[in-house]
Amino acid sequence: MGVVAVFFYLFASITVASAFMVIASRNPVHSVLFLILAFFNAAGLFMLTGAEFLALILIVVYVGAVAVLFLFVVMMLDVDFAELRQGFLQYLPIGGIIGLVLLIELVLVLGGLSISPEAASTAVQPIPDLAETSNIKAIGDLLYTRYIFFFQLAGLVLLVAMIGAIVLTLSHRPNVRRQDISVQVARDPKEAVVMHNVKPGEGI
Amino acid sequence: MEPTFFETYIVPPLWMLGQSVLLLVLLLVTVAYILYADRKIFAAVQMRRGPNVVGPWGLLQSFADLLKFVIKEPIIPASANKGVFLLAPLVAGVLALSAWAVIPVADGWSVADPNLGLLFVFAISSLEVYGIIMGGWASNSKYPFLASLRSAAQMVSYEVSIGFVIITVLLCVGSLNLTEVVYAQKDGLGTMLGAPNSFLDWHWLALFPMFIIFFISAIAETNRPPFDLPEAESELVAGHMVEYSSTPFLLFFLGEFVAITLMCALTTLLFLGGWLPPVDIAPFNWVPGIVWFVLKGMFVFFCMAMVRSIVPRYRYDQLMRLGWKVFLPISLFMVFLTAFVLQFMGWA
Repeated sequence: MGVVAVFFYLFASITVASAFMVIASRNPVHSVLFLILAFFNAAGLFMLTGAEFLALILIVVYVGAVAVLFLFVVMMLDVDFAELRQGFLQYLPIGGIIGLVLLIELVLVLGGLSISPEAASTAVQPIPDLAETSNIKAIGDLLYTRYIFFFQLAGLVLLVAMIGAIVLTLSHRPNVRRQDISVQVARDPKEAVVMHNVKPGEGI
Repeated sequence: MEPTFFETYIVPPLWMLGQSVLLLVLLLVTVAYILYADRKIFAAVQMRRGPNVVGPWGLLQSFADLLKFVIKEPIIPASANKGVFLLAPLVAGVLALSAWAVIPVADGWSVADPNLGLLFVFAISSLEVYGIIMGGWASNSKYPFLASLRSAAQMVSYEVSIGFVIITVLLCVGSLNLTEVVYAQKDGLGTMLGAPNSFLDWHWLALFPMFIIFFISAIAETNRPPFDLPEAESELVAGHMVEYSSTPFLLFFLGEFVAITLMCALTTLLFLGGWLPPVDIAPFNWVPGIVWFVLKGMFVFFCMAMVRSIVPRYRYDQLMRLGWKVFLPISLFMVFLTAFVLQFMGWA
C-alpha cells in the first residue's frame, strides 16, 4: 500500500499544482501546457485506481486531440496579455462561487459514500469484479447494453455539433475554381496533350 | 517466507531498469543502422553509392554523425521561449522511446506486458505531435511555426485512421494485449484454407485493406516521405527543426527514427504475426522468435524506404484529402464490416 500512497500524493499534488498554474501563468501557451500536465497526472490517478482504460482514453482523447486543438487556437491568437488580466478581480466572485458549489457537490458525493458504504451497492449495475473481466469489457458491456440509448444520444449530440460547425464555416464561393480529383485522375494523355512538329526557326 | 522489503521494492525496479537499459542500447544501435540502411537504399535507387567512407562500407557513418551532432555548439535563438524550446526535443525523444517498453520482441520479451498495451502505444504515438508543435512554437520564427502547424494537423488526421485500424484488430483478437494480438494470428484464414500456423493466418491477409491503410498511415504519422510536409526541404527548409542545432536537433532526429522503428514493429505485431515463424515446420520453427520479429520489422522498413525513394512528395491538400476523404470512410466501413462478419459467423 505504501508505494501506491506515495504515487497517489505525487500525482495528486502535481495535478493540483499544475491546475493552479493553468490559471496563474501569464503566457496562454504555458497555460495549455500545464493543462496537459494536469491531464497526465489525472491519468496517473486513474491508473492507480485500476481504471487503465479510462486513463489511456483520457490521454488519447484529451491530450492527444483536444489539447492539440487548444494549443493550435492559443498559438494562432494574437492575445493581448494585459487586457486579458484586466477583468480578473471583477470575475473573481463568480468564479469563486462556481468553484465553491463544485467543491460542496464533490464533498457531498464522496462524503455520502464514506458515511454509508452500502450506497455504492445500491447502484443499478454494480461494478463488475475486475479480477474476472477486464476494464474495457466491463465498460463495453455497460455502454452497449444498459446505457445504449444514452450512448447513442451522446453520439448524436456530437454529430449535430459537428454538422453545425461545418454548416457555419462552409462557404461555396461561386467564382472560385475548385479541384475535382476524379476528373484530374481520369485525364488521358491522348486528349490532354497535342504533339506539334515544330520546324526550326518558324515556331508554331 | 514473507518477501522482504528488499525483494518487493528494490529488486523488481532494478530488474526492470536493467531490461530497459538493454532495450534502449539495442534500440539505439538499431536506429543507427536503420538510418544507414535508409541512406543506402535511397542511394541505391538513385544509382549512387551512399555513405561509404567511415568504416568498412560506411558502416560507422551514423556514429560519426552522432559525434558531429554532440560536439557542435547548441544555439538557442534570443527571442525563443527557452524552457519550451529545450523541452520540445526531450518530449520528442522520450515519448518515442517510452512506447517501446510494451513491445514484445519475442514471446514474453518485453519490459512490461500490460493488458492495454496496444492502447498504450496508440496513446504515446498520439502524443508525439507535442514535440513538433512545441518546438515550432518555441522557436519564435515563422518557418518552424508554419511547419509545426502543418505537421500537427497531419499527424492528428492520420491518427484517426490508425485508431480505426487498431479497432478492427481489437475486434478480431478480443484483447488489447500485444502478446495476445500475436497469438491470435496463430490460426485464422490460413487454417481454414488448409495451411495451419502459416503466414496466411496472419492478419495481413484477413484484414488486407486495413494492412495497406495502416502502412500508409504509419508513413504519414512518422512524417516520412512522401508525406514529409513538415520538413519539405524545398519550401519549409527543415520544418520545426530549423532553429535547432547540436544535441537538441539530434534528439528530434532520434525521436523521429525511433518512431519509425516503432511503427515497423507495430505493423509486424498487428499484421505480420510478430515473432511467429512464416511456416510452422522444422527448419523455420527452430529459429528463435526475435529473429523473425527483426526480419519482419526490417522488411516493413525496407518497404518504407522504397516508398520514400520512389513516390514523389504529396501536396498538402492531397494529403488531407487522402486522410479524411479516403482512409477515414474506408476504415470506418471496414470496422462495421469486420464487426458484422465476426458477429454473424459466430467468430467473435
